[in-house]
Amino acid sequence: MEMSFTPEQIAFRQEVRAWIRSAMPPRVREKADVDGAFDQSEVMEWHKVLYRKGWIAPHWPKEYGGPGLDATSRFILVEELELAGTPHLSPFGLAMVGPLLMQYGTDAQKKRFLPKILSGEEVWCQGYSEPNAGSDLASLKLRAEDDGKGHFVLNGQKTWTTYAQYADWIFCLCRTDPNARKQEGISFVLVDMKTPGVTAKPFLTTGGTPAFSETFFENAVVPKENLVGPLHGGWTVAKALLGHERTTIAAVGQSSRQIRRIKRIAAQTMANGKSLLEDPGFRAKIARLEVRFRALQIANYRALASAQLGHAPGPEASILKIRGSEILQQCLELGMELMGHDALAWFNEPGVVPANEQWVASSFNYTRATTIYGGTNEIQKNVIAKLILSLPSR
Amino acid sequence: MNFDLSSDQKLLVDTVANFLRKESPVSRLRTMRENPVGYSKDLWRQMGELGWLAIGFSEEAGGLGGSFVDVSLILEKFGTTLVPEPYIPSVVLAGSVLASLATPEQRQRWLEPAIAGQTTLALAYAEREGRFDPCRVATRAASAGGGYKLSGEKTFVLNGHAADAVIVSARTSGGVADHGGISAFVVDPKSAGVTVRAIKTMDGHRAAIVTLQDVVVGAQDRLGADGGAGAALERALDRAAAAACAEGIGIMQTVLGMTRDYLCTREQFGVKIGTFQALQHRCVDMFVETELAKSLSILASIKADEVDDVDRKTAISAAKVQLALSGRFVTQQGIQLHGGIGVTDEHDVGLYFKRMQILNTLFGDEEHHLTRFASLPTFTERVTET
Repeated sequence: MEMSFTPEQIAFRQEVRAWIRSAMPPRVREKADVDGAFDQSEVMEWHKVLYRKGWIAPHWPKEYGGPGLDATSRFILVEELELAGTPHLSPFGLAMVGPLLMQYGTDAQKKRFLPKILSGEEVWCQGYSEPNAGSDLASLKLRAEDDGKGHFVLNGQKTWTTYAQYADWIFCLCRTDPNARKQEGISFVLVDMKTPGVTAKPFLTTGGTPAFSETFFENAVVPKENLVGPLHGGWTVAKALLGHERTTIAAVGQSSRQIRRIKRIAAQTMANGKSLLEDPGFRAKIARLEVRFRALQIANYRALASAQLGHAPGPEASILKIRGSEILQQCLELGMELMGHDALAWFNEPGVVPANEQWVASSFNYTRATTIYGGTNEIQKNVIAKLILSLPSR
Repeated sequence: MNFDLSSDQKLLVDTVANFLRKESPVSRLRTMRENPVGYSKDLWRQMGELGWLAIGFSEEAGGLGGSFVDVSLILEKFGTTLVPEPYIPSVVLAGSVLASLATPEQRQRWLEPAIAGQTTLALAYAEREGRFDPCRVATRAASAGGGYKLSGEKTFVLNGHAADAVIVSARTSGGVADHGGISAFVVDPKSAGVTVRAIKTMDGHRAAIVTLQDVVVGAQDRLGADGGAGAALERALDRAAAAACAEGIGIMQTVLGMTRDYLCTREQFGVKIGTFQALQHRCVDMFVETELAKSLSILASIKADEVDDVDRKTAISAAKVQLALSGRFVTQQGIQLHGGIGVTDEHDVGLYFKRMQILNTLFGDEEHHLTRFASLPTFTERVTET
């Protein structure tokens, strides 16, 4: 049993860390230092920097432009990017439709879409959820009718289409057979956001950023060439993607950074003549959270080691999304607590609160989503109950 | 990075599991808790013959040259059936101190027979006012004619009621809270001036309150340099804490399995109660907590013999805190999900709950280790780095 990185892996980590430091554009760096929400132009600027370096898609196979890193190196790269507070890249192209096309797409589709996902020339959003189809995604209603002339005509609505207002393309699960059993009447279709009849309406999250969007389809005409996988076979195609990359789903780099951030806030906040980091009560609170984080981190290493050795995912992998999402929330919650009255401020001019506190309240609100997106934690628990604990169903 | 067991380790785990199935199922604890010794010296000897007691010691110290990971694999299995034999007090606590400080002659005298399973040992370190700090020592060792006279009181000495030899920490110099000035002495419990009061502990085991009044020991009974035992005591306690984590994992996994099985069997309202989502989710929460505690327990067993004090203490304290957080939850919910029968002595789940509580107290509780974790330099390193 061995719990350390090899000298080569340590050297790679140092190489990545140094490169990130040198390659972050100044305005991105400035925003990262305060853990601020990046706008679309900042995200895409960073995307292009990573793309030029060849590290934009660590999980992609080499034949499609991936850097050919093993599981541990991929983990290290992602962790360092998170630790440095670099912008989170939109996952919809790089982590979702890209890999999906590699598995199910035609050669023409791969050639048409994959290079531009990689380069960032085309940005994607995800058309899955609907107002009445969240956890029960299979009950989706966006209708795609065959017009007999080589097209699907789409009518309906998608929701949570994150950053649809910036997207060039949307991948959609549509109902192509309303008479079949609900999972069997769904198809996976790629839609150009510029298609007449497609409208994206952004709306604010509780974090104050327009990360969410509703996308409306009114007689939107989509060529049949944009069908991915078999007709009515979209559910299987989509399910193949729902198992996230197990070694990075826990976002340990993010939590690690947040813990350091809240210690810094504690160190700079004074009460009764000493900093909150020196206050035994707050110190214990931070320590308790950090212990829980360390447990998650080691569980992640176990999943990573297992992936590196080519084993099938073990039970420890299933806890990573559940616990990773909760810990991130707890970090922001504790950050707010440490800030005292500063926690009341909301999107003011600089100077009202210290720069490194300015975005805490926004993130504190938005991280309520971590336990909801990607399959709610309650759904995750249903899955574990059934598949790992073999508990009986009704 | 590799968490796979070696083939030797897999064999060890299987051997221990098979042995316990035959020789020490959990029902045995019920018999043993009525016994004044609380365990079987014959079974202990068998464990010695199997090499389980020697595995964590270097070959130089008379052991098999295994690692603490091997020790933790054995203890995890012991936790699954609540084996009452004094592995932690004898092998981990007393054994560690001897391995650290004993001369070859002293090792031959006390450590060898103990790891062969012929004798058992105890480490008398805790004092009422010291709580969990092994360096808070009021027991005094006064120089007397080339040797020493020991006076003081040691509390809750694990295996103190039956040990063939007891290692006692006593101060040869310094104030009560000084790290320096503490020495370790091997004391024959039958010596004049030694009073051993056997007490029962909640987990069905026995311990002792050991009072010393001018107990005479020779210089040859002192382990290591005069006043220099502090570091060895701390290391022994860190190892014991890691051992407790390993045993605790065995407990948690067993309670989880027992609870899961109950949910799949028990029927109410015409259905198996395991179909109720509230209970399913509670069981999943137990599973998540067990995996998290297991992760840190693995870290602790890897770091238990780490020479870098800060690195070791960080890992051990984190693991012990997580053991408390997870262990409490899993054993509490284990009882909860069994309903009324969970609160009977007849049902086994309560036995696991009780041993878990003991393990959470021993070798530093949650509060103690949380404070230690937060006081280490690792806690504030890189805070100012951007």
